[in-house]
Amino acid sequence: MQVTAMEIYRLLPKTNCEKCGEASCMAFATKLSDKEIDLEMCTDLEPKEMQELADLLAPAVREITIGTGNKSVVIGGDEVLYRYELTYYNPTALIIDVSDTMEEAELKERINTIENAEFERIGEMLTLDAIALRNASGDVQKFKEASLILKEASLPLVLCTMDPAAMKAAVEVVGDQRPLLYAANEVNMEEMVDLALEYDCPLTIFSPNDLGTMKTLSRTAQNKGLKDLVLDPGTYVADGIGDSLDNFIMIRRLAVEERDPDFRFPILGMPALTWLYEEDEVQGGIREATIAATLMNNFADILIIHGTNIWELIPVLTLRQSLYTDPRKPQAVDGGLYELGDLDEDSPVLMTTNFALTYYTVEGDLKSGNANCYLLVLDTVGRAVDVSLAGGQLNGESVTDLIKESGIEDKVKTRTLIIPGLAAPMSGEIEDESGWEVMVGPRDSSAVADFLIDLKDNS
Amino acid sequence: MDKMSQLLKLLEKTDYIEINNFRMDFDELELQLAPAMQRVIKQAVQQQTAVKKVQEQMEALEFIPPVQEYPGEVAEVQLGAGTRKKVLMGGQKTLYRFEEPQPNPPVVTFDVFDIPMPGLPRPIREHFLEVMDHPGDWAKKAVKEFGANMVTIHLIGTGPKVQDKTPREAAQDIEEVLQAVDVPLVIGASGDPQKDPIVLEAAAAAAEGERCLLASANLDLDYKRVAKAAVDYNHAVLSWAITDVNMQKTLNKYLMKEGLTPNDIVMDPTTCALGYGIEFSVDVITRTRLSALKGDTDLQMPMSSGTTNAWGSREAWMKKEEWGPTNYRGPIWEIFTGLTLMLCGVDIFMMLHPLSVQLLSEIGSTFTKNYLTTDVPDISGWITELE
Ligand code: B12
Ligand code: SF4
Repeated sequence: MQVTAMEIYRLLPKTNCEKCGEASCMAFATKLSDKEIDLEMCTDLEPKEMQELADLLAPAVREITIGTGNKSVVIGGDEVLYRYELTYYNPTALIIDVSDTMEEAELKERINTIENAEFERIGEMLTLDAIALRNASGDVQKFKEASLILKEASLPLVLCTMDPAAMKAAVEVVGDQRPLLYAANEVNMEEMVDLALEYDCPLTIFSPNDLGTMKTLSRTAQNKGLKDLVLDPGTYVADGIGDSLDNFIMIRRLAVEERDPDFRFPILGMPALTWLYEEDEVQGGIREATIAATLMNNFADILIIHGTNIWELIPVLTLRQSLYTDPRKPQAVDGGLYELGDLDEDSPVLMTTNFALTYYTVEGDLKSGNANCYLLVLDTVGRAVDVSLAGGQLNGESVTDLIKESGIEDKVKTRTLIIPGLAAPMSGEIEDESGWEVMVGPRDSSAVADFLIDLKDNS
Repeated sequence: MDKMSQLLKLLEKTDYIEINNFRMDFDELELQLAPAMQRVIKQAVQQQTAVKKVQEQMEALEFIPPVQEYPGEVAEVQLGAGTRKKVLMGGQKTLYRFEEPQPNPPVVTFDVFDIPMPGLPRPIREHFLEVMDHPGDWAKKAVKEFGANMVTIHLIGTGPKVQDKTPREAAQDIEEVLQAVDVPLVIGASGDPQKDPIVLEAAAAAAEGERCLLASANLDLDYKRVAKAAVDYNHAVLSWAITDVNMQKTLNKYLMKEGLTPNDIVMDPTTCALGYGIEFSVDVITRTRLSALKGDTDLQMPMSSGTTNAWGSREAWMKKEEWGPTNYRGPIWEIFTGLTLMLCGVDIFMMLHPLSVQLLSEIGSTFTKNYLTTDVPDISGWITELE
């Protein structure tokens, strides 16, 4: 549950000294409650209050960093079960596995694929977060050699072996990069915890379908002084997926609603296990993506995936981007005039809205079609074209204001505005209010570049 | 395989074995117990001791599932009566399966159209090309070949700008589909606020007593007429609001004033597709189901998703080399859209692609089982077993 500003305010000095940069202690408290400022910004806190506040503000799910410096990813940190209650923090880390049985060249190629996988959406470059090295060979030396190669990779690492000897060998090589160790179980618990403590690495506890043992192992590790844990309750990719979901949900509910100290950690899911049962690349890819979506929707903070086909990764990356948008803020770009390509006073003028998805889709289509044009972006408080039409933000008056205030009339001779096909019902009103002529463009902006070419050819 | 190689094979994938139950003929042992074998057994014994040691050190903690009490519950809606098979949906008394399994699994209904629908994406046309001229054949194929629990017949052709089919013609299409299959129907109109209520009324009359779902009643059209048709001819109504919990409450209230009960209403809180506002649907659907369980009697109905909206996303249909084949992207986009909302509580899904339907149903079917009652494979060796 989110800590309220009032609860925080009580512990602040209440002097309104403004050293934190806020107008008052209450304003500071509000920002802290929304996680928009750091506690350290208040310089006047007594140590006791500082500690109390730090405890109060610790998120329900511990925030953990895998890796170091710019080779790192942060997971966990969530406060709520449902995103509408606040927002989700730290997007699910998407991790791809590699194996120590691979030939050096093959391994390097796969690392390269993982590092370079990307998909641009709504002005954001979506990428993968880490690489998991499996001790598939069961051989200590091989695992060590493969970690040497991964040491050079640009992404943070997960080391996967249940064998403490192999883990030790690998940690000796890459331990200073703070890899996530995977995994401790009932058998190897002692040695794994010792390694995690010695090298200051986060450690995963693996206890498939057994939350009692999970709880016991978590408590034991914490008693030994280990703070950064990740929980893997097992991913069952067939009928057992129901059990996996139950486990994920129970862990997160205990963390958020009961603040159970044994479960306040990020959860790890393993869609890669799909490939234990699936050989067909397409069927397997679709199934693996489905499992990834299932677990991501239910609190997975890390997912280890095996398939690297971009058609499999695109939906997973998109779902992550969607679930982790902040429901408190509209996804919007600034309104105003945007210039694309080479322009002169005869360049065409187009209009769209400032919903981020709308703007970047249109901009992308115009750029990939090498269009040269002015683009007027109407501030609709981040609403799509038809949404703002239905909601009233897109109307004759608002478009006229945009035309006048943007200064476009000084830049071009033309007085024709090309509007989205979906905005057609508003064309008369825009013409009446602005004195411009309106031309209705295609409904989907994928056709807009060709539309502009036709227009030019016909004139 | 002889016992020895069986044992070796077994040991390959095992972290430790139960030495107590280990039995083997003496001569076999003497002959074949290779040094490698001895090592394995020694390791196993060591590991077992380690487990014991850890277990002794750690006091085993008790785990209590975080089960909650809910004052409200979701109404159960029956579709299908008369000559139809019966399909039940809703009826949840809890939010999660570990609290109490759902009484009914989520239901999928295949989209079928009264016209050949040239605009359908290619990966779907592929499956239905030869039956698209006849909604009856189309429905039959969905049920026979793809195991549809239900069929949604969209009377798109009644749209004034489409083919402007008369309500009578619409009724004939309904009759054709009713003849062809014995599953319950969802009956959708064209989306024209003036004409839809009249079309739905005629369709409802043609399907009298069969308990179909009339899609839909909303605040932009004469919902009273739709509600009356449902009451008069024994059907249920889809109550559609646009991603707005309060609008949904209002509409449900109005519908109940017209004589419908929660057992006659399914809600459509609007499906925004993956990447096109799915997070809005997630929030609204989650809030709706939570309110129902907390006791809000205006929201205690099952929910529906127009999952096929997913096909409108450009990632689903647009040809683009760097994104891979649309053959895979389309179905995944539909699965992700439906699945995400299913996990928030949606009960019935309108879908188009056979593979999407199959995967969604597989996961949905686990919702009715008890926690830890499914046989699960041993996954502890995945690190070495994965290809
Ligand atoms: C997500 C969504 C919402 C979200 C808002 C998301 C947002 N930030 O905009 C929420 C839940 C808040 C919402 C609210 C409402 N919504 Co709404 N919503 C949608 C939904 C599902 C998707 C919209 C979307 O994201 N589209 C994607 C973007 C990229 O599309 P786009 O902006 O149109 O851009 C494309 C084209 O227009 C074109 N284009 C864009 N710019 C340009 C420029 C040029 C020059 C050209 C040529 C082309 C072009 O290319 C783009 C890419 O394809 C649609 C249904 C649908 N369309 O699937 C309903 C929909 C738009 N909503 C609708 C309604 C009625 C509403 C509400 C009024 C309902 C209410 N509860 O009151 C409110 C209004 C809120 C307000 N404005 O104050 C109706 C509108 C009906 C109508 N046309 O009259 C729709 C169509 C649903 C329906 N079938 O009834 N909505
Ligand atoms: S620095 Fe601390 S005491 Fe000063 S105004 Fe900010 S919160 Fe209040």
